[in-house]
Amino acid sequence: MTDALDWLAPLVSLDRLAWLDPLAWLVVLPLGWATLAFVLGSGRGAWAALAGVSLQLWLAVELAGTILADGATPPVGASEMAAHHAVGGWGAPLGIDLAADGLSAAMLILTQMVALPLAVYARAYFKAGDPAGAWFWPLMGFLIAGLNALFVSADLFNLYVTLELVGLASVGIVAAGGGAQQLAAALRYLFVSLVGSGAYLLGVALIYGAYGTVSIATLTPLIAAEAPRLVWLAAGLMLVGLLLKTALFPFHFWLPPAHGSAPAPVSALLSALVVKASFYLILRLWIGPLEPLLPAAAAWLAALLGALAIFWGSYRAIRAVKLKRLIAYSTVAQLGYLFLIFPLLAQPAALQAGVMQVFAHGLAKAGMFAAAGVMIRATGQDTVAGLAGAVDRLPVTLFAFGLAGMTLMGLPPSSGFLAKWQIIEAALAQGYWIIAVVALAGGLLAALYVFRVLRQAFLVSGADVAERGPVPAVPRTLEWSAFVLAAASVLLGLRGVELMRLLGAGA
Amino acid sequence: MTSGLLFALVGVALFALGVAGVVLIAQLPRRILAFNLMGSGAFLVLVGLAQRGDLPDPVPHAMVLTGIVVAVAATALALALVRRLHALTGRLQLPEDDGD
Amino acid sequence: MSASEWLPLAVLASSLVPGLVIFALPEDRVATRTTLNLLGALAKLVLVLLLLAGVRAGETYGVRFAVLPGLDLAFKADALGLLFISLSAVLWLLTTLYAIGYLERAPHRSRFFGFFSLCVTATMGIAMAANLFTFFVFYELLTLSTFPLVVHRETSQALRAGTLYLAYTLIGGTVLLTGIVWLHHLLGHTEFAHTGVVAALGSEYAAQLQIIFVLLIVGVGVKAAIVPLHGWLPQAMVAPAPVSALLHAVAVVKAGAFGIVRIVYEVYGIEFAQSLSLLWPLALVAAVTILWGSLRALFQDDLKRRLAFSTVSQVSYIALGVALFGPIGTVGGLVHLVHQGIMKITLFFCAGNYAETLGIHKVSEMNGAGRRMPLTTVAFSIGALGMMGAPLTAGAVSKAWLSDGASAAGMEWAVWVLWTSSLLNAAYFLPILWRAWLRPASTPWPDERIPRRAWRETSRLLLLPPLVTAAATLAAGIFATAELSPLSWARLIAEREYLTSPAP
Repeated sequence: MTDALDWLAPLVSLDRLAWLDPLAWLVVLPLGWATLAFVLGSGRGAWAALAGVSLQLWLAVELAGTILADGATPPVGASEMAAHHAVGGWGAPLGIDLAADGLSAAMLILTQMVALPLAVYARAYFKAGDPAGAWFWPLMGFLIAGLNALFVSADLFNLYVTLELVGLASVGIVAAGGGAQQLAAALRYLFVSLVGSGAYLLGVALIYGAYGTVSIATLTPLIAAEAPRLVWLAAGLMLVGLLLKTALFPFHFWLPPAHGSAPAPVSALLSALVVKASFYLILRLWIGPLEPLLPAAAAWLAALLGALAIFWGSYRAIRAVKLKRLIAYSTVAQLGYLFLIFPLLAQPAALQAGVMQVFAHGLAKAGMFAAAGVMIRATGQDTVAGLAGAVDRLPVTLFAFGLAGMTLMGLPPSSGFLAKWQIIEAALAQGYWIIAVVALAGGLLAALYVFRVLRQAFLVSGADVAERGPVPAVPRTLEWSAFVLAAASVLLGLRGVELMRLLGAGA
Repeated sequence: MTSGLLFALVGVALFALGVAGVVLIAQLPRRILAFNLMGSGAFLVLVGLAQRGDLPDPVPHAMVLTGIVVAVAATALALALVRRLHALTGRLQLPEDDGD
Repeated sequence: MSASEWLPLAVLASSLVPGLVIFALPEDRVATRTTLNLLGALAKLVLVLLLLAGVRAGETYGVRFAVLPGLDLAFKADALGLLFISLSAVLWLLTTLYAIGYLERAPHRSRFFGFFSLCVTATMGIAMAANLFTFFVFYELLTLSTFPLVVHRETSQALRAGTLYLAYTLIGGTVLLTGIVWLHHLLGHTEFAHTGVVAALGSEYAAQLQIIFVLLIVGVGVKAAIVPLHGWLPQAMVAPAPVSALLHAVAVVKAGAFGIVRIVYEVYGIEFAQSLSLLWPLALVAAVTILWGSLRALFQDDLKRRLAFSTVSQVSYIALGVALFGPIGTVGGLVHLVHQGIMKITLFFCAGNYAETLGIHKVSEMNGAGRRMPLTTVAFSIGALGMMGAPLTAGAVSKAWLSDGASAAGMEWAVWVLWTSSLLNAAYFLPILWRAWLRPASTPWPDERIPRRAWRETSRLLLLPPLVTAAATLAAGIFATAELSPLSWARLIAEREYLTSPAP
């Protein structure tokens, strides 16, 4: 018996990471099913995608478990990060190093957690022969692969490549099957994306010129030791490029058309995940290699822009005529919260608040766009006014919208509330009153646009309803997958302990 | 001034020209060209600044090659979109955004 | 999990679970929905009785979950919490019965009863919160779950009222949150504890603590409808009668008043609050509210609006009792929490009956209503007399303890406030009774409808609840010294938790 299984020994005894390393598989799997879906042809491959994303979710959770288990001894560099993998056996500098700490693992979990219900949603959303859905699955696969690769990349140049992969896949998915307006939005988005990553690339080039390396782990002590003026310029270029891609006010102009004109599942993916990828990178650089370069003023500038984003985004959402525009402007506002944490980063609570907000907004906004997709499908128009009486016809969807709205308003017991609480408390702890005030005011402004929609949905005008005739049936799957996303954003508010522990681990 | 630094400075200038083109030019094909100029500038900086001593450094070359692949892909995507827009509207410029 | 841990959770679940199931039910599953509602309400009553027996015997109940590192969702069922829980559990059962009758053929009943159950769950959470964080979670949940009830009729008037309600409560919630996070930052926790927790901070924080007190009281004062934060309450009258009952007696304004009690006694501690001189401004605000509410009520012709302003006035009796520094005032305030609930819910049930059966919405239409609907009008009269503080009613007990408390605390002016308010109460309630009993019905009723399954004057389910609460109003007054009366429980709380010697 023992002898017969001897041949298995090397496989079993081999470091499990060697062939079942979740880091590599999280990138390979989506590439695999995306390619498969592409080969299968137009509109096909949904099952491969669903299976793939489910597997990825499991891998991401597994990875987080490993990192939590190793978290007791915080390592220092990338090669010593809690999870680490050299692609094809080639290490840096010529090969590609993959590495993950608690922050990466959290982002990976969020990505798969949002992608799975959205995949279910998209399968029901795109009817057979719908040109918008023809190439959805390959594009979604490449997008997820890009995101996953971004979260596990350990060097600045590889991050550039993944950033471009995400950008190109996003543009493709926005443009797919659309009319002139949608194409125009996609092209605008493409140029912004290219300028943003171009600026980032130039920054990387300057950094390489100064230090001869792009590995984040190696750079961190080098920059801390000595930073020539060139490096300041590089840091500025990289950050501005990334801010452009994150759509921080006043760089937000491209986001509402792109997110507002794409089909609902696409808007959901973009708002929930894609803008968070460049934010993640900013955060990574800010608390990592660039930290010694950044003066307090830079953090305050970020917070100021964040505050302006909250006010301007909310104002535009309150005034928006179209439902999806409203939600897209709400994304502009919600991204603003993420930048309020920068002056507070001296305390770990600020980072926790930021990641909690990333989760809260990711889940809630995906749920909200998904719910909006249902409403648009049922009412036949993308306007807030068209929702009159929707509460009677689409109760589940309205409930989902309401739950997602709770998270965006930061009302308990939602993850948005926890994020708000953490931001306010970190602000008070460091004596920065103004940040607490902005966070609180932002919650009230969100209430204005969320309840604008809910209120309209409650409004009954009998004549209108009769005039509109029978309501097109909406697949139940659409309603419930929106509900699952929104409910997840609320339920996370009842238990954020594990997520916070993960952030502290393996960093 | 070493030749490497000269390359880098020219690269920065090209990059700046390219950005200005992408931002200012309304004609889409020319905008795409401007983007390519921008990319080339960044590559020139990457290769130029990395010139230390006599030995060539292989890493930036690998990076530039990768970068070129990315730029080609982006250009192809942009051209495809512009073609489609042209087919739909008959114009090579972006229409005004109709949203609120 | 031991009984002391699961009992509080079961109290929450007994309304949460039926609520969630009801949301999923199709509109026409009337029997299932009714069964679920009543089973939940009865189960809750049984659980509450278990808790009452346990707490009387000196048991403690509590359970907590970590939400974030250093931040717990924590529940406890103590004597004070149980006072509120018992009131809500009993009134929930009656209001559910009433609502089943009231909404017999109305649309959207699944939605209505679903949110109704969520409201009660939120109220239970508020009553059992063991720290300010948990209190806030359920306080906001209450706001959200009442909004769909206020706008239930889906008319533009209802939506206006709903929007106003949200504007007040969400801004109030933001103010409250500011206070809570600030306190959490200073203390490192926001637990409730007998005799308060903030005294430990030391005198250098006095100024900050005063500001936080104002933030907290303003935050809960919105729901308690303290003048000038009361504007939403009269507007919310467009909601169906069971919702008004819920807002006025079971959940919303009570949650605010209960919040004041918890904050004064278990966050600041009555002695410490007095030493920061926070109590006299609170007493002053309560007195102004009492008089202003009564005055405004005088001039309302709409019956429900008159009752609403009466609530504004009456709820501040609780705040006044709390602010009267002394054991007797405490007992008066606490007992009024219960007494106001049963009296006011009687009045709203009756107002609903008049509207549903005869189409009467205004005081000026009440002529002769007593002869047409004698039982309803008897119940209404008992409620109204109770509000005035007539002998043998629950109101008399509250007012006696409150005015004794005021004299004992040396705040003679508060006695005058109470007397003036009683006179005003009489001035706006007696004309209604006079019209109903003594004036003949001159014109036909505005909109007379004979409900199905009527018994005597109106539907059975509409008649039973007000008769029960009217009887309770009398019982609480006549048997005030009985062992399980609200008064005895209030004295138990005062005796056990706050002060050393609650002399009668």
